[in-house]
Amino acid sequence: MKSERHKGSRALRLVPWITLALFLGPVLAGLAATALPAFGYLPALGGDQFNLHSWQRLFEVPGLTRAAGLSLWTGLLATLLTVILVFGFCSAMHDTALFRKSQIILSPLLATPHVALAIGLAFLIAPSGWLVRLVSPWLTGWTRPPDIAMVQDSLGLALVLGLLIKEVPFILLMTLSALNQVPTRETLLTARSLGYSPVAAWLKVVLPRIYPQIRLPIYAVLAFSMSVVDVAVVLAPTTPPPLSVMVFRMFMDRDLTMIFPASAGACLQFLLVAAAIGAWRLGEILVARGARPWMLRGHRKRSGPPLYYAWGGLVISLVALSVVGTLTLGLWSFAHTWFYPLALPSAWTLSHWLRHLPDLAGPALTTLLLGLAAASLALVLALGCLQNERVNGVGPASRMLWLLYLPLLVPQIAFLFGAQMLLVRLDLDGTWPALIWAHLLFVFPYVFLALADPWRAFDPRYRNTALALTGSRLRTFFRVELPMMLKPVLFAFAIGFAVSVGQYLSTIFAGGGRFTTLTVEAVTLATGNDRRVIGIYALTQAVLPLLVYGMAIVLPAFLQRRQERRNR
Amino acid sequence: MKKGVLLTLIVVVAACIPAAAQVAEDWESIVDKARGQTVYWNAWAGDENTNSFIAWVGRRVKEDYQIDLRHVKISLTSESVSRVVAEKAAGRDTGGSVDMIWINGENFLAMKDQGLLFGPFTQLLPNFQLVDTEGKPTTIIDFTVPVEGMEAPWRMAQIVYVYDALRLPEPPRSIPGLLEWARENPGRITHPQIRNFLGSTFLKQALYELVEDADVLGKPATDANFATVTAPLWAWYEELKPLMWRRGEQFPESGPAMRQLLADNEIDIMISFSPNEASTAISKGLLPDSVRTYVLDKGTIGNTSFNAIPYNAANKEGALVVINFLLSPESQAHAQNPEVMGNFTVLDLDRLSPEERRLFTDLPRGPATLSDAELGRPLPEPHPSWMDRIVAAWEQRYSR
Repeated sequence: MKSERHKGSRALRLVPWITLALFLGPVLAGLAATALPAFGYLPALGGDQFNLHSWQRLFEVPGLTRAAGLSLWTGLLATLLTVILVFGFCSAMHDTALFRKSQIILSPLLATPHVALAIGLAFLIAPSGWLVRLVSPWLTGWTRPPDIAMVQDSLGLALVLGLLIKEVPFILLMTLSALNQVPTRETLLTARSLGYSPVAAWLKVVLPRIYPQIRLPIYAVLAFSMSVVDVAVVLAPTTPPPLSVMVFRMFMDRDLTMIFPASAGACLQFLLVAAAIGAWRLGEILVARGARPWMLRGHRKRSGPPLYYAWGGLVISLVALSVVGTLTLGLWSFAHTWFYPLALPSAWTLSHWLRHLPDLAGPALTTLLLGLAAASLALVLALGCLQNERVNGVGPASRMLWLLYLPLLVPQIAFLFGAQMLLVRLDLDGTWPALIWAHLLFVFPYVFLALADPWRAFDPRYRNTALALTGSRLRTFFRVELPMMLKPVLFAFAIGFAVSVGQYLSTIFAGGGRFTTLTVEAVTLATGNDRRVIGIYALTQAVLPLLVYGMAIVLPAFLQRRQERRNR
Repeated sequence: MKKGVLLTLIVVVAACIPAAAQVAEDWESIVDKARGQTVYWNAWAGDENTNSFIAWVGRRVKEDYQIDLRHVKISLTSESVSRVVAEKAAGRDTGGSVDMIWINGENFLAMKDQGLLFGPFTQLLPNFQLVDTEGKPTTIIDFTVPVEGMEAPWRMAQIVYVYDALRLPEPPRSIPGLLEWARENPGRITHPQIRNFLGSTFLKQALYELVEDADVLGKPATDANFATVTAPLWAWYEELKPLMWRRGEQFPESGPAMRQLLADNEIDIMISFSPNEASTAISKGLLPDSVRTYVLDKGTIGNTSFNAIPYNAANKEGALVVINFLLSPESQAHAQNPEVMGNFTVLDLDRLSPEERRLFTDLPRGPATLSDAELGRPLPEPHPSWMDRIVAAWEQRYSR
């Protein structure tokens, strides 16, 4: 018995190392492929000496400073607003039915691909968009749309809004799962019975306990907002664009030697993201220090009810924007002609669906298999790493796991070029393992993010009791830990699946053009800017993740009910 | 005698070494080797009509040559170019994943300069004899760069301007006239962002008309002449820019995004590189029926789309057969049908048999498509260095 247990824990000890090995190869190859050309080295394009020309060329690119500033500004603003909205919503709405249902309401938004949401939003708020069409020309007198920059505004506010639509649900869901791990209700009741208003009670006693658990997701949001390309192309200003778009365009430039300054740009972007995270961390410390007197003073003040509705209203309007945006894209998919200022299509047709449906089956199957494989693998690895941490303590490998977040922090385009070279070297490009691996790079960090904190916050007494009763670590894991943690586990799986479904560049680079997923189809067809086709792909792209999210919500409740019935 | 045999042997072996890495020289054996190959054609997939055309080509080469043609759908040509670069960097000099790539202009020049292309190969293609290399010089000179057989033409393109005749009965037919018109109608014209090829095309076309002597554009731009030659362009653009859509501060991402602006009544005129774009857009419901096409009185720039084969392509024979099929009268006429793609042929109709010629003359013409006579003889593309410098100068001036 004893030796068996030892074997088990030794095997577990390997999991973080395996994970690191799986990741570090492509991560390091990717980083090297970014860093080397940034310092002049890429023999395939005649760069065989180390020098600083790439940086020189980068700094000569017009508008670089403004592009970097725009990235920093939109990234920080979007993250800050996300956090304020989520905390405001949670503190004000904590007891409402809306709050309890928000997980179900918000999940579809996570499932809808970023680009589709961005295009839907752009169509809503553009001067020739749906909102203006609703009131034109009968109310506004605008027989032609006004020449105002509602999207692609030079401050990047449309981009911030587009990011909020996606990030608020993500952070809110992360917060909800963190809230499940602390005795929120009891803590709040105590604080309120001491005379604190609900909002103050939440901010003073709940937030400090959950913030450490959602810190990493917030950093991921910050990094994502600063390096996103596809959403920025639709919503961000163009002269100059944010740094991410600028670097992307340099990588894709017809002049192949632009890879040199582009790599330097990718390094710059990496540094910028690191600096922004550092600044955020500093902000956290300052806010915590500044708020301590307020938290300890014990001052009680009544807060008026209107505030409740304001927070709820803001979050609901965000949800409404994305839902209505997606629905109008759905409308487009049935439109033959639909010109300004009509609020509805002038001619309807089923032909777009009939033409595209036969082509959807193949990509849908590839997407499904890929997503299931990547999310399952990521889940197994994440559970293994976390379980090892619990059983064997935090070893050197576990301490290095933060490296796994690198794929989220490095601009994808730079990093994938190196990973692609590695795959070609290994003769693996264009194969299923390569593709699953490439997806895993981006799926695993999110799965780990979603799972790590709930898992670490799991009360060890359950485990100890179960271990004492069964004497088997495996049975403890499968009979007690996993069932009790089923909700966050399935939720992490669903997030991983959705991340896999949304992968574009990684599919292109690792797939060698041999695999077509729904997103690859959607993004390439989106360059044709036909809203009807985009509508079809946006809807079908959302269906698969929606089903998986639905399962993640329904299955635990179903199993629990069955268990209760059996116990009765 | 012995010596002679040895010598012959050496010559034969020596001749075989490069030939083994390349392809056979006679068409019969190329077609034989091509049978059963799977050809990966990397082509921009943003246009549904082109995608359907590629699917049709796939069915036809399957019937005739048992070739499996796979359309690798890409959103930018550079995606595939960078894949070839990655393969070269990783040392995969045979068995590459890209067999055929739709390309032209700067992308072609870059790949050619970096030794990433297979060829010359056009002399191997029987149907290349039919190409109108004299009447359509852009089929062998891509943006003033001699093609030297490293890519094969497959469709013609020419700059046209698209407008809504209901909103704008008399569109301006000259570059100075465009500025005049914009003064009276501010905010109603734009061009795609400058890094998009249509964005720089907008300026290139203007330069053609404003430059004192267009001959200079056929040679590479130099530090000495760039500023003087382009001075009239910048004077014109400086005035036009604040009169453009969003006061010339924002630009649509691409040609299709600009077409959406025309459909949404945000602008009145757009530039296009496909003479048939307006007609196909009408039939697909993407633009109103009242949309029409025109060219400038002094003519517009034309060019050609090509296909090239990367140096390390795994299925070169298959790619050659597909490219040859694309040059067949059957395929060219199918492509020129406005209901299919509406792209003008690269072939010389005089070299075809009467039945083959009828395939073209019987084609319907779209409501918004100009006739060959109306389009006029296309102007040649300036040397790529002009485009590169114009983009750089534009960014210097306006993107900061």
